[in-house]
Amino acid sequence: MSELPGDLLFTSEHEWLRREDDGSVTVGITDHAQAALGDLVYVELPEVGQDVDSGGDMAVVESVKAASDVYAPIDANVVAVNEDLAADPEIINADPYGDGWIVRLQPFADIDENALLAPDAYQALLDEEDV
Amino acid sequence: MPFIPHTDDDIREMLAAIGVKRIDDLFDEIPKELLIDSLDEIPEALNEMQITRLMHERAAIDGAPLCFIGAGAYEHHIPQAVWDIATRGEYYSAYTPYQAEASQGTLQTIYEYQTMITALTGHDVSNASLYDGASSLAEAALMVARSNRNVKSGRILLAPGVNPTYGKVAAAIAGSQGISFERLPMDAATGNCAASLDGIADVVAVVIQQPSFFGTLEDVDRLTDWAHEHGALVVAVVNPTALALLKAPGHWGEDGADIACGEGQPLGVPLSSGGPYFGFMTCRQKHVRQMPGRIVGRTTDLDGQPGYTLTLQAREQHIRRSKATSNICTNQGLMVTAATIYMSLLGFDGLAAVARRAQRNTARLAAGLGAIAGVERLFAGPHFHEVALALDRPVGPVLKALAERNILGGFDLSGLLPELGNALLVCATETKTEADIDTYVATLGDIMSKESRRLA
Repeated sequence: MSELPGDLLFTSEHEWLRREDDGSVTVGITDHAQAALGDLVYVELPEVGQDVDSGGDMAVVESVKAASDVYAPIDANVVAVNEDLAADPEIINADPYGDGWIVRLQPFADIDENALLAPDAYQALLDEEDV
Repeated sequence: MPFIPHTDDDIREMLAAIGVKRIDDLFDEIPKELLIDSLDEIPEALNEMQITRLMHERAAIDGAPLCFIGAGAYEHHIPQAVWDIATRGEYYSAYTPYQAEASQGTLQTIYEYQTMITALTGHDVSNASLYDGASSLAEAALMVARSNRNVKSGRILLAPGVNPTYGKVAAAIAGSQGISFERLPMDAATGNCAASLDGIADVVAVVIQQPSFFGTLEDVDRLTDWAHEHGALVVAVVNPTALALLKAPGHWGEDGADIACGEGQPLGVPLSSGGPYFGFMTCRQKHVRQMPGRIVGRTTDLDGQPGYTLTLQAREQHIRRSKATSNICTNQGLMVTAATIYMSLLGFDGLAAVARRAQRNTARLAAGLGAIAGVERLFAGPHFHEVALALDRPVGPVLKALAERNILGGFDLSGLLPELGNALLVCATETKTEADIDTYVATLGDIMSKESRRLA
């Protein structure tokens, strides 16, 4: 498994978050998640303008073997979705932390880092799952 | 594939593996007060000899009347080969082909069925069928609510010619999920949708039945375009026999209906006092991920040979559990097998011949009955194989008098649609001869004149 990008935060449900300069947060699924799902064939995106609740489902990623919910990591408003995924969901497989981003959220409150995982904590979680 | 039951040993082993003593323990989360210990209203079991005798006695009570009732279920001639083939063991016990490598025959049958149904509706995809016509509309309602995410109102409009029972079933199934159903205004002269739909907005979908419940033909192009211009999707409720003559829903208006559904019974399934029947559903490619039920796809195996498999299963309840597109649907394997054989025996031209004969017969029937004093056609304009009549007296006693003379004279509309007055829906499929029709006309004429004399 490649090294996790150091500037991201993670959830135990295998989503990642990147805080952008404008205060928004970009969210995707981790390299581990895309590898476990296999080749993605479809991504169901939320609507721009929609509010999402932390822990609630926000998108669906579907591979040839499973469909899996993507949960909102924070309470927020959806300000952008990655439209490219509609035609080409495999972008997530190819570049999960970059071009394979799924949504951009505007948080309703300051992000509570204690509720999320730093890269080393997420790595520890993956190591545990591997055992 | 043979049916393999669990033996007592199998069951013991499985219970031991999961640490449960009895099967009943698997259900111990059901509150005790909801459990019942006896079924007082259910009679004792009968053995085969007893049940055979009972069923023969009941069938004899039905007799062999001349049937002119349609209203959603239609008496068609079913070639003898249909059920001779469908009841072969290979078809009779086959149901859900999850194990593709062992179910190629079943999968191919469903694939052929899907191909035939999409040929009739002009759509890209079909599922492997649903319970019946009414529940297919309920599933279509849930499907458009998922598909048309731009509209939050949950409002679905039903054309006045949508089978009222379908509306009730759809409301019962989808009504608790934020979906409401409203009737579009009826044009009293034609029974179809009123000309003006001004002021109607914020609609998830419009449901159009063609031919209508009254056998009339809606202006489906106008309604489809109106719906799409107003951000609504279009659900077509169609009769598969009629589709051999009428424009396929996939070609309605500029863009075509989004979903087509309906009752598959006319395709080789006997009336059987109301079931089992099957529902069908097709849609445009862009809605396929919201479609409920199984879909069989054709592919090639590692050796390049064609093969069949269930596809897009991530929508389904065994994968998605509570988030599946439907948790109350199945495919009606046996009925669909019969329908596939029926369609393959008739071919498109055969189906069109059935439809034309039924249409002609009903026109003859309507002309004959309409000439009787006290009987008038309720709606003007072209009809398919069903016509609504207005009587000058309550329909119930007239139907009873006809039944006493071995004629099932039609469907009394006054129960479901009292606003139509003393209205009777009659149907003559291809199974009726000119002599049958003339018998009905003469008998009704006799009853109406005698009753009139008695009244006078």
